[in-house]
Amino acid sequence: MPHVLVLDRRKFLALAAAAGALSMPLAGRAQPVKTSAHIVIVGAGAGGAALSNRLLRRLDGAKITLLDPRKEHFYQPGFSLVAAGLRDADYVVSRTTDWLSKGVTLVSEAAAAVDPVGKTVTTTGGRKLAYDFLVLAPGLVLDHEAIEGFSLDLVGKNGVGALYAGPDYAARTWAAAKKFSEEGGVGLFTRPNTEMKCAGAPLKHTFLIDDISRRGVGAGKRKIVYASNNAALFSVPIVSEKVRMLFRDRGVETVYNHVLKSMDPGAKRATFATPNGDQQIKYDYIHVIPPQRAPAFVRQSGLSWADKWTDQGWAEVDQKTLRHRRFPNIFALGDVAGVPKGKTAASVKWQAPVVEDHLVAALQGKQSAAEYGGYTSCPLITRVGSAMLVEFDYDNNLLPSFPGVIAPLEELWISWLMKEVALKATYNAMLRGLA
Amino acid sequence: MKDLTLQTMIAVFEEMFGNVMLWVLISVAAIVTAAYLFVLFRDRAVSWRKFLLAQLAMPFGAVAAVMLVLAVTHSSLGDLGGPIDWIVMLGVAALGAIGAAILVYTIESFVGSRRTGEDVRAMR
Repeated sequence: MPHVLVLDRRKFLALAAAAGALSMPLAGRAQPVKTSAHIVIVGAGAGGAALSNRLLRRLDGAKITLLDPRKEHFYQPGFSLVAAGLRDADYVVSRTTDWLSKGVTLVSEAAAAVDPVGKTVTTTGGRKLAYDFLVLAPGLVLDHEAIEGFSLDLVGKNGVGALYAGPDYAARTWAAAKKFSEEGGVGLFTRPNTEMKCAGAPLKHTFLIDDISRRGVGAGKRKIVYASNNAALFSVPIVSEKVRMLFRDRGVETVYNHVLKSMDPGAKRATFATPNGDQQIKYDYIHVIPPQRAPAFVRQSGLSWADKWTDQGWAEVDQKTLRHRRFPNIFALGDVAGVPKGKTAASVKWQAPVVEDHLVAALQGKQSAAEYGGYTSCPLITRVGSAMLVEFDYDNNLLPSFPGVIAPLEELWISWLMKEVALKATYNAMLRGLA
Repeated sequence: MKDLTLQTMIAVFEEMFGNVMLWVLISVAAIVTAAYLFVLFRDRAVSWRKFLLAQLAMPFGAVAAVMLVLAVTHSSLGDLGGPIDWIVMLGVAALGAIGAAILVYTIESFVGSRRTGEDVRAMR
C-alpha cells in the first residue's frame, strides 16, 4: 500500500489564500486635523523624534520645528550592553536625522531660554522662535563635576567606569571592567542621590560585571560591593526585595545610604556621604553615575517645580497629562518631565501618545482623556543570558505585559532576549511613531 | 513590548543574526521551501517513504537550531529559567527539526532513489 497523502491543488491554494487573509493588517485612521499651528519640540532624541512622527500623522498643515544640536542619536538602552562587552559602541549610534520625517524642520542648536508668557524660545545661536505649543524633550544633564576628583578623562583607566556618559565612554567602561574581571579585587558600584535615567542600569552593570568576573578571575578573587544612595535597592519595594535576595545569592555586598561625593583616582579610594559621616571604600574598579539634573534653561526659564527636586529642576508638569501646571501650552516628555519614576525609553513610548493626544485635542479646542499612569519597564539583567522583565507604574504596581507567561520577578532567558535583541527593534519602531 | 508587527519581528531577527546572515538564512529557507512546494506539486503527493529518511535528520536540525540561537544571543542552556523559556526553546528545536526534514525530503525528491521513487510510481 502506498503511503501517500494526495494534495488537491485547489484545496492547497485555498488554504494558502486563507492564511494570507489572516495576516492582513486591519488598518483604520482618523482624518488629520487641519491646523497652521507652530509646534516647537526642544530635543530630537527618543521623545522628540517619536512625538514629531506621531504629530505629523495626526496633523495637516502644522509647522513642527525640532531643536537639537547633536548630530548623533544614541540608543541609550544599549549602553549597558556596550559597557559589558556584549556590543560595540557603534551599536548604539545612529544619526538624529535618520529618525526625522521630511515634514519637520530641524534646527541644530540647543534651547537657551524659554519665555512662557511671550511664547518664544531663544536658541543658543540667538534665534528667537515663536510657538503655539512647546514640548520640552531635551533629556537631562549629567553633572560629573559634582563628584570631586572625577573627570571623564579618567574613564577606562585606573579602574574607572562611567557608562552613562555616552557610547565611547561605555566602551571605555568595558575596558576598565574587563581588566577587573580578569584581575579581580574590589568592584564598587554606585548610583546618585537624584532622579536618574533608568534606575535599573546601576544594578544591571553590577549583575553583569559580577557574572563576567565570576566566569573570569573567579568568585574567590574579587569582591563586588553595591553602594545604594538610600535604604533600598530599587524604588519599587517588591523589586527591591527581589534584588536584595539576588545580591545575597550572588554574594554581592551591599552598603546603604552611601552617596558618592569624591574620589581619589590615584589611591583608588572613594568617599561617600552617609548618615554617619563620610565613609571611604577602596576599590580596584569603580562605576560612577553622577547626579542628574534638568538642562539649565528649564530652571532659568522658570519652568521647574519650585517645591520638589529643587536641586534638580525637572519641569513642573501634571503627572497624568504631562502638561505644564502653569503654562498650558507647554508639555514635557521624557527625562526632563518632573514626574516620579521612569526616565526610560519605555516611559517615552507611553508618554508620547498622551502628549500627542492632548496637543491635538487642544488644537481642536477639545479636551483629551488620555492619561499616563507612570508605566515604565526595565528588563533587569541579572547575568549574561538572563533578566527579569520588570514593568511598573507610579504606584509601584507591577504591570506585566504578558501575565502568566513572562513572570516579572523571575530570572528568564526570554526576558534577556527582550533586552538583548527585541528592545532595539521596538525602540526604533517607537522613534518612527509606529509603536 | 506589546506591539508585534511583521516589521518589528524582522528587525528583531536582524538584531539576532545580523543583517547579512539573516537574509542569507531567509533566502535559504525560501529557496528550500519553494523547492519543497515544487516537489509537492510535481508529485501531487507526500511520500511517507521519503519522510522516513527525512525524519532521521530531525534531531540534528533541532540541536543545530538551538545551538545557533544560543550562540547569537550570548546564552547557554543554563540560562533557561522558567516554563516560557523551555517552550520557546522547544519551539526553536521544532522549527529546526521541521526545517531539516523538509530539506532532506526535498533533496531526496530531486536526487531520488529507487526506494523512495516507488510510492509515487505506485500512486500513478
